[in-house]
Amino acid sequence: MLAKLEPTIPAVLLRLQGVSYRAGSTLILDDVSLSLDSGPRTILMGPNGSGKTTLLKLAMGLIDPSAGSIETSPHLRAAFVFQRPVMLRRSVAENVAFVRTAARLPFDTQTVVRLLTVVGLRDLADRPARKLSGGEQQRLAIARALAREPALIFLDEPTASLDPASTKAIEDVVVSVAASGVKIVMSTHDIGQARRLASDVVFLVKGRVVEHASGPAFFAAPATDAAKRFLAGELVI
Amino acid sequence: MVRVVNVFLERVLDGTGAFDLLISGNATLFAIVRLSLIVTLAATALAGLIGLPLGAVVALTRFPGRNALVVVLNGLMGLPPVVAGLAIFLLLSRTGPLGSLGLLFTPTAMIIAQAVLITPIIAALARQVIEDLWAEYRDELTAIGVGPAQRVTTLLWDARFSLVTILLAGFGRAAAEVGAVMIVGGNIDGFTRVMTTTIALETSKGNLALAISLGLVLIAIIMAVNAFAWGVRQWAERHAG
Amino acid sequence: MRIRQIALAVALALSAHASPGQAQDKSIVVASTTSTQDSGLFGHILPLFKAKTGIDVKVIAQGTGQALDTARRGDADVVFVHAKPQEERFVAEGFGVQRFDVMYNDFVLIGPKADPAKIKGSKDIVAALKAIHATASPFVSRGDRSGTHIAELALWKAAALDPATEKPAWYRQIGQGMGAALNTSGAMAAYVLSDRGTWIAYKNKLDLDIAVEGDTLLFNQYGIMLVNPAKHPHVKKDLGQAFVDWVLSAEGQNAIRSYKIEGQQLFFPNAKPGQMKKAG
Repeated sequence: MLAKLEPTIPAVLLRLQGVSYRAGSTLILDDVSLSLDSGPRTILMGPNGSGKTTLLKLAMGLIDPSAGSIETSPHLRAAFVFQRPVMLRRSVAENVAFVRTAARLPFDTQTVVRLLTVVGLRDLADRPARKLSGGEQQRLAIARALAREPALIFLDEPTASLDPASTKAIEDVVVSVAASGVKIVMSTHDIGQARRLASDVVFLVKGRVVEHASGPAFFAAPATDAAKRFLAGELVI
Repeated sequence: MVRVVNVFLERVLDGTGAFDLLISGNATLFAIVRLSLIVTLAATALAGLIGLPLGAVVALTRFPGRNALVVVLNGLMGLPPVVAGLAIFLLLSRTGPLGSLGLLFTPTAMIIAQAVLITPIIAALARQVIEDLWAEYRDELTAIGVGPAQRVTTLLWDARFSLVTILLAGFGRAAAEVGAVMIVGGNIDGFTRVMTTTIALETSKGNLALAISLGLVLIAIIMAVNAFAWGVRQWAERHAG
Repeated sequence: MRIRQIALAVALALSAHASPGQAQDKSIVVASTTSTQDSGLFGHILPLFKAKTGIDVKVIAQGTGQALDTARRGDADVVFVHAKPQEERFVAEGFGVQRFDVMYNDFVLIGPKADPAKIKGSKDIVAALKAIHATASPFVSRGDRSGTHIAELALWKAAALDPATEKPAWYRQIGQGMGAALNTSGAMAAYVLSDRGTWIAYKNKLDLDIAVEGDTLLFNQYGIMLVNPAKHPHVKKDLGQAFVDWVLSAEGQNAIRSYKIEGQQLFFPNAKPGQMKKAG
């Protein structure tokens, strides 16, 4: 069992209404309204620069919107996996233990080992975290996210710089974590990955939510022209 | 030209007399080196205890006048040792505000003066290191939910190898200075005489053998400290990434 | 691990310094001059004093002016310098209890062997200084309000000259101690007034030698004073008085007499017998 779940999980975990984000004079997100329900694996898709990372950071509360509101269900604990995760200058196990203490959760060896086992890093527990490969660091980042016992995990293009084998390992972990009841919100610009993982697709172009549909529906019959062109492999400018 | 070479060779021979002093383990020499190390090590420890957290806090908090404080800290890195010595002398003299402590002309005063001298260096460099590290770690630590006080301890620990190098730099600066310890210590034979003040004194007396041997010991110590700093960096690269 | 090492260093440092005010800390601070220190006299007589009384004497060596200022501020317990007018003024101002003669040595005029002022071998210091002035030969002055510096200025005055005020190019004021002054003179081939003690002990003579000696104007009287506890109550008056008494006693005077460098006696004790008395 990976996450202690509330007896009844609220259906809507997070709601954005009319959210815009401006950096300097550039409008990065434009009037985004979105509701994230517990359950389906939500994939944020879109070309580079469409605002996926910004949307995730806003949802996590790392940055504040320039306009609009973000509501979260009470006591919602979320975690974030960055595209390039920063490893603390300590061992793998100590990285996980660090997150546990920051969240005021028990950090005994057993718990840490359990978390590392989920992501397949148990044998590397004493290795300096910075010495891990890219894929291993990403898995450690996921273990750190899980260490917070979150109801919701944001992942920002976690496999963008990884080779296929590492990518598969990460995707497997994401699927098993989602299966245990943790809501996954993940961004990607890789259409194949989205096809593999998405139960729910949010399609962004130039800071606007252009389509929001279930996975099968989106891939079988995209509603908008932009989505069609994107799925066909064209550059959507 | 010949005369210059001649005089230089005479000095070197004096230096050989210096080696005899070193090898024979002259008791005075040993006492001077021992006091120098104690004073500078204690000063470095004190300066580290104050300067490292100070640098970290300045790096991580925003407050009115912060930019001015950063400029002042950076500027104080160049504080002339004699000025630091003078400031402490005025504080500790019997006619000064802390005169009743009776600390003037003691090793404790020397430790205080050297600590005052190198705390800005340690704080300013630590601030830079922690600020850079924070830029790297900010998003991650915020997402993990690390509180403000924990940020300080987390970054101080993660920067530990750079901070050790900073402490060694402070040590080197303190070990090499003569102005501060001369003024507050008084260069008292057997009580407050350290390597640098002895070199100054013996040179002025024309007693170059002792001055040269102490100079060699001092250089050796500084070299060893720098080699150790280099070693720390290498070890850190290899083991902690 | 590093924390333990640091803690150890701090503990060592604290133990290395005996904090003041402890009953078992028997030490006094004596403000004296660099020339007295450099002559090695203290290295000879202080161990004898310590053996007899168990009192550590910490000597701060500065120029006479600074030594008296140190005592005025209360940063020393005893003053031992060689500038009688200044010392008497010190007592008159109430900073010293009483002034006693201790010993005398003499000054010598040192100069380059080349002797540009042609004064070598003379016994007349006033004539020699006039010759130096007339030939504009390089001359190094301590310039640091030390006893030697004050004596030098008095000699120029006796010759009715005042290079310290005129500041001609050949008169170099360096503001440092006797050793440094000799170093500089050697380097510049200049004349310099030195106390005999420092000269004999000085190991870097290069091209220098004694040019003028033996003039009675060159005699240099030393005095000792206890800093007045009425002005500075924390002064260690009993230990300080013990030192003053010892220096003036037959034992102390013999210790001074017995100090020799290269077989030569440097200081001639001249304390008046029976002048010691307990500080009131």
